Amino acid sequence: MRPLKQVLALKRWVVMVLVSGMLSLISTEAASQAVPGAPSHLKIGIVSFLSGAAASPFGIPSRNAAEVLIEVINAGKAPAPYDKPGIGGVPIRAVSIDEAGGADKQVAELRRLVLDEKVDLVIGYISSADCLAVAPVAEELKTLTVLFDCGTNRIFEEKSYKYVFRTKGHQIIDNVGAARYVRKVKPNLKTIAGINQNYAWGQDSWATFRDSVLKLKPDVRVVSEQFPRLFAGEYSAELSALLAARPDVIHSSFWGGDLEGLVIQATPRGLAEQSLLVLTTGDTMLPRLERDIPPGVVIAARGPHGALAPKSKLNDWFVNIYKDRYGVRPVYPSYHMSQALLGVKAAFEKAIAANKGRWPTIVQVIAAFEHLEFETPSGPIKMVLGKGHQGVEPSVFGITGPFDPATGEVKLTNVIEFPAECVNPPEGMASEDWIKRGFPGAKCP
Amino acid sequence: MNTLIIIAVDGVIFASWLFLISSGLTLIYGVMRILNIAHGSLYTLGAYAGASLVIAYFGRGFWPQGSYLVLLGAALVVGLISGPLIERGLLRWMYGRDQVFQLLVTYALFLILEDVVKLVWGVNPYYAYKPYGLLGQVRLGGIIYPWYSFLLFAVALLAGVLLWLFVTRTRFGRLVVAVIYDPEISTAMGVNVSRVFVVAFTLGAMLAALGGAFTAPMIAVVPGIAVEVIVLAFAVVVIGGLGSLEGAALGALIVGLVRAAMVHVFPVLELFTIYLVMAVVLLVRPHGLFAREEVRRI
Amino acid sequence: MRLVLGVTLAMLLLFLGLGLVLPKWILFLLTLALAKGLVVLSVVLLMHAGLVSFGQGLFFATSAYTVGFAMKLLEIQEAVVLAGLGMATSIAVAALTGLLLARYREIFFAMLSLAISMILYGVLLKAYGITGGTDGMGIASPTILGLTPPPDRLRLAMYAFTLVTVTVMISFVHRYADSPLGYTVRAIRDNEVRLEYLGISVQRTIYLTYLLAGGLAGLGGVLVALNVGHIDPQLAYWTTSGEFVFVALLGGTGSVFAPLGGAIIFEFLRTYAFKYSPYTWQMTLGIIMLAIILFMPEGLWTISKVFARSPREWRLSWKRSA
Repeated sequence: MRPLKQVLALKRWVVMVLVSGMLSLISTEAASQAVPGAPSHLKIGIVSFLSGAAASPFGIPSRNAAEVLIEVINAGKAPAPYDKPGIGGVPIRAVSIDEAGGADKQVAELRRLVLDEKVDLVIGYISSADCLAVAPVAEELKTLTVLFDCGTNRIFEEKSYKYVFRTKGHQIIDNVGAARYVRKVKPNLKTIAGINQNYAWGQDSWATFRDSVLKLKPDVRVVSEQFPRLFAGEYSAELSALLAARPDVIHSSFWGGDLEGLVIQATPRGLAEQSLLVLTTGDTMLPRLERDIPPGVVIAARGPHGALAPKSKLNDWFVNIYKDRYGVRPVYPSYHMSQALLGVKAAFEKAIAANKGRWPTIVQVIAAFEHLEFETPSGPIKMVLGKGHQGVEPSVFGITGPFDPATGEVKLTNVIEFPAECVNPPEGMASEDWIKRGFPGAKCP
Repeated sequence: MNTLIIIAVDGVIFASWLFLISSGLTLIYGVMRILNIAHGSLYTLGAYAGASLVIAYFGRGFWPQGSYLVLLGAALVVGLISGPLIERGLLRWMYGRDQVFQLLVTYALFLILEDVVKLVWGVNPYYAYKPYGLLGQVRLGGIIYPWYSFLLFAVALLAGVLLWLFVTRTRFGRLVVAVIYDPEISTAMGVNVSRVFVVAFTLGAMLAALGGAFTAPMIAVVPGIAVEVIVLAFAVVVIGGLGSLEGAALGALIVGLVRAAMVHVFPVLELFTIYLVMAVVLLVRPHGLFAREEVRRI
Repeated sequence: MRLVLGVTLAMLLLFLGLGLVLPKWILFLLTLALAKGLVVLSVVLLMHAGLVSFGQGLFFATSAYTVGFAMKLLEIQEAVVLAGLGMATSIAVAALTGLLLARYREIFFAMLSLAISMILYGVLLKAYGITGGTDGMGIASPTILGLTPPPDRLRLAMYAFTLVTVTVMISFVHRYADSPLGYTVRAIRDNEVRLEYLGISVQRTIYLTYLLAGGLAGLGGVLVALNVGHIDPQLAYWTTSGEFVFVALLGGTGSVFAPLGGAIIFEFLRTYAFKYSPYTWQMTLGIIMLAIILFMPEGLWTISKVFARSPREWRLSWKRSA
């Protein structure tokens, strides 16, 4: 039945674009009445992986979130404070493109989006390399660009940008949080090991986790550091090495199909029983592997997303509209997309209010976006780092327990939330230094 | 001592997988002189067919162990359908063209099949991991291994032996060998070369699909799994010597063992393993391990 | 000879004029295509000798990272100096790897060049502290002949710089193809053994061609790095090298202009495939490629020949190669 669903989803996307186009025609009048100087619609370029191995776990779930959110927001059916239709009454029109092709292709595509498609702003980029490559181009083009999912902390720590924002926390929160969580649930920790994909994300994640653990508990030994190729698929030898090393804790920032492959292959070999497995993106597999997830595994969702999202009206609403449309619950890339879209909406509407009800210039929107605090299904997001361009999120962890037929997922127990101030460096300090200096200024419960 | 046992076991397991994904490629190259980039797509098709059939099979509640036969069946079906279709429908128009052009054709085919897979199966992952844990586990060198890994070994061994028997013991197999050595003379001697080509390509496609089908229970089957497989398969085939089945087996074994040793002793170098092995082998034997003597034509 | 010079100059003027009228995003795409066209040209040069390199990414990345480090450590901003440096390091790398590779032919050359390129990929990925790993490093805008173009004219200036560099290289390669060395190279492809009997060192010829190809691909890497403003190890990955081979075949190997044409058409094909079928652009691209292979057996360059030939001849040639 899946293929049909997919085709339908594609069709819906097309229909949605058409409908939102028509809606925009109808509501043009209303919009220009409500907000003087407003355009007939706001065109947003949405960039995420639509092909390749990152499409299924990240690209499509985030594109889906954009699709359903834009539709509901345009119809004015979102709950407060997002209940105004569109953005300040102006309907959103989306154009979706593929993030495939590497940094040079994406740099060219961003130029095309801005100069040919004439988008007003861009929300996109899952790969950290793409984020680093497009950020200077966004500055050159003077186009508001909201990075929604990439993880590297380098973007705003190496440079500062005017037109570039990121509405989510960077990879530091996952791994500093993981170190703190492990320290809490395993006070007698002696040895750690890691299995991470062999590229910047895996290397960064592991280095952050390892250094944080060693800072929190200097007598810990690192017994194995595995780096299989990205998309390797087969992990027999790495798992044997981890089983032979018998570490107390195994850290992994594997994602998508690689993560699921790892868990599928590790489970019959008793890895989860031998060591405490910490999976920093583990939430995505909860609705997928259902009852076959071994108990006692530490799961995170790169922030308060998915099964670890806060109980709130906004979250219930988001989960419901997403589930109604796609049959599954949203995973963290979907949440990241919601943060970007709602952040944009909040910034624009704040700028309109600041501009005495007139449609703002992009510079005014940027001024409103900087240091903004806005509500999302993941809780409040505060744009406090990178001179107000980088959001922070808390970091939440839980341990897998028994299967819950009501949700179709395993229950997470021992859930601990580390507030954003506990897992993020203070403004102006590079994450690496922050960890090296023993987390100065961290406020932890 | 234990480490050595573990390295050997891990090496053999990885080698079995490598052999499954590369034996079809070497067969196709040996016979048809086509470097089939779409081999990765056939692997993907095998994985998807295997996964969806296994899911359907378990959905009906049939005898669980039968799922291995389902995987095998999926590979055969994919091979039997896609093999003749691709060879008759596309590749045969390219014979006589430069080898690199055929490469381009298979690359175009690879691009097309990537999206065909997405259109047919969608982008959501398929999980068919039930067969993976079904056979239970065994302890070797103090470490737990799933029996499935050894089933993989058995499948690879069986595929290799059957293929070898087919090539050396049957009449048709010997015709294949004749075509491998000299397609022109074979044609002159009355061998129906185009039939040999169809059969060889279909067999190769079946082997690729077999690799995919038996990998499916270990992974999440998603679009985009083909790319990694292509370069691995190419490397193994070149190490072994193009068109040589024994070579592919030995090449897979060497790469498997070296990789396992790296993972256990020096994990930093894992990324380089296959390329280093390939470079070293080609340095020592410029045409791979089991290279045939080539006649220099003046 | 004079004709080619004329054509080159006319093309240069035409493209410079285009730069003034085309929308900026197309201009950028064209710049990128020209830069990559140089790498494709290097692939074609090797193809003339019957060699298919699946490892031109080696030089592409070597020179791009040379630019990156020269900017970061030596604080060189001048595009001409950077181009020289990038070419020099890639030729140096070619001089080393060429010693080994000149002995290999066919797929063994292809796979060994791929392996070496992948080893560089691995090194760049692992040397993470200085290269930034797969996230890559940023490249600042250069000065051109000591001048700093104003921000709004930067793209146009970079386009002109790329165009002039590429034109110089094209005329150089054209001269080379007409030289005894160039003829020898094509003879190698036809019959290596006979050539040796004639007393020509095949290895030496291949080595020199490989150096030239390395330099060209290196220059392409410099131009891509300066224009894109970001480099990462993907430049050395085998799929990048593979793409150059496919573009080379798509464009055809019949002329020094064919690789450029191929690169330009490929960039635009891919861009429009992205635009009009974002979910199935690979399939669209694949089908177009198949169509080109079937109907234009000698690559897109065939189009230019259609005008020069009678239709009957054209049909014959199609049949012959089919």
